[in-house]
Amino acid sequence: MSVLVLVEPGEELSLQALSLARDLGDPVHVLTFTDQPELGAYGVHTVHVAEHDAYAPGAWATCLEQLIDQIQPTAVVAAGTNRGNEVLSHLAARRDLPFAANCIAVGDDGTVTRVRWGGSLLEEARIHAELKILSVAPHTVEATTVNGGSAEVERMDVAVNEEDLVVRVVEHAETPTAGISLAEAKVVVSGGRGVGSADGFGMLEELAGLLNAAVGCSRVVTMAGWRPHTDQVGQTGTKVAPDLYIACGISGATQHIAGCKGAKKILAINSDAEAPIFATADYAVIGDLAQVVPAITAELRKAQS
Amino acid sequence: MRVLVCVKRVPLTGGKMVLTADEQALETRHLGFTISPHEECGVEEAVRIVEDQGGEVTVLTLGPPEAEEQIRDSLANGADRGVHLVTDGEEWDPQATAAAIVETVRAEEEAGGGFDLVVFGNESADSGNYQVGIRVAYALGRPVATGLKGLSIDGGRARCEQEVPGGRDVYDVPLPAVVSVLEGINLPRYPSVPAKLRARSKPVEQRNPERPPARLERLRLVVPPGQGKQAEVLGQGPEAAPRVVELMRELGVAG
Repeated sequence: MSVLVLVEPGEELSLQALSLARDLGDPVHVLTFTDQPELGAYGVHTVHVAEHDAYAPGAWATCLEQLIDQIQPTAVVAAGTNRGNEVLSHLAARRDLPFAANCIAVGDDGTVTRVRWGGSLLEEARIHAELKILSVAPHTVEATTVNGGSAEVERMDVAVNEEDLVVRVVEHAETPTAGISLAEAKVVVSGGRGVGSADGFGMLEELAGLLNAAVGCSRVVTMAGWRPHTDQVGQTGTKVAPDLYIACGISGATQHIAGCKGAKKILAINSDAEAPIFATADYAVIGDLAQVVPAITAELRKAQS
Repeated sequence: MRVLVCVKRVPLTGGKMVLTADEQALETRHLGFTISPHEECGVEEAVRIVEDQGGEVTVLTLGPPEAEEQIRDSLANGADRGVHLVTDGEEWDPQATAAAIVETVRAEEEAGGGFDLVVFGNESADSGNYQVGIRVAYALGRPVATGLKGLSIDGGRARCEQEVPGGRDVYDVPLPAVVSVLEGINLPRYPSVPAKLRARSKPVEQRNPERPPARLERLRLVVPPGQGKQAEVLGQGPEAAPRVVELMRELGVAG
């Protein structure tokens, strides 16, 4: 039985989804929007290329529906990206089928393991449907290639109707970025309730400046209005993956950990030796951050001069 | 404008996930509860739209009797009335949840009160299924835009903005429509004491839908490995600074 995978152009996470999808069926068919014969290296048999103007979730779902009718797959898979989850939800709603979002593994007879709470908890679930619709949680499956193999490329003649295009991207506005982006920074200096005020972030900014780091914060801080939401690291903020994450005065609620657990190393500075953050951090400094952070800044200046 | 906003009661999980003995739920005996974060912003967005354009905000939740707390919180933050789909505390899967919401919307429509806009959070904090809003939109035959960080209503259309790498994607959606929002679209207000008092006397209608069998069936919950490791203590107070800088050098990030 075949499997159908949605591959978003230029999306690394789609290759991870492909790698998991290979276990679900054979041959592997892909829906995408640019010529990508190189997907053969990921075990893809046929790449179906649809014409694509502006992103419209309904139109993408129509492309999937057309391929489902054509190749009768046993499963439809996408990456657990905004678009992946959106398009699969459209498909599931149209066909009145269940949809399991953000899976990390698939088992026998329709069982999956999926993430809850932004990855702080897992769920084993069963999909009760012939056609399984599921997305793959980002960075939980490695993108692996197979030996040899080149994919056939087939152009799709898609019958998109007007309704599919009611919701489509009509405008893209570039936002000028200043400084180092949180998502891509090698070091993140992050503050929580313990920083005490908006002004308190001054010392974190100073340390970050010496480290070419981005400044982040916890949800408590954005809800208090000390920092903008764009600085928030967490389940409902940005997910970061720096080499070093420095958590200053952050207690370590699961909401926050969901955003920073991708860091290679976490250093936590907290006056409370019992803070839950120390059960996630690799390194700890126990003390008042108002003294510890300036001391680190001074020591670093000394070392850099 | 008549706006419906859907919210979910979720536990405030704190630092550690602890399961009940049957592995079917989080142990919540010692936890408080809140509205799932994206939905908190959904309520604020709905209230701002109605403050600007006039109309009424209805807040809906599907949850146990205790979830009236989350309805009252929303009423204190400016919603006008509540609809509580009361459950016995069992979790409803996304299809069942959507169906119950659709049934309510249709009943309200028949009673002469359709909604111009239905607002959801992009995904709930706990189950994170990412789909209820879209299912509701299809059942009602309305357009749906998700993951919004910007929303403005003008002349019967919704300008919907999503944050994407490097900028924003904009959708122009005709009303009536369904949208889902993300935290950060606004900063929700804190309710005043008088607003909390007023919320007590605002109307909340109860309904008792029946739960169909789950088609995405939860078998059990599992705490992922990695919880509860022990950090290496580099030192106490400012005296730890030299050791911290040494560590930064070892990691190659000392600038």
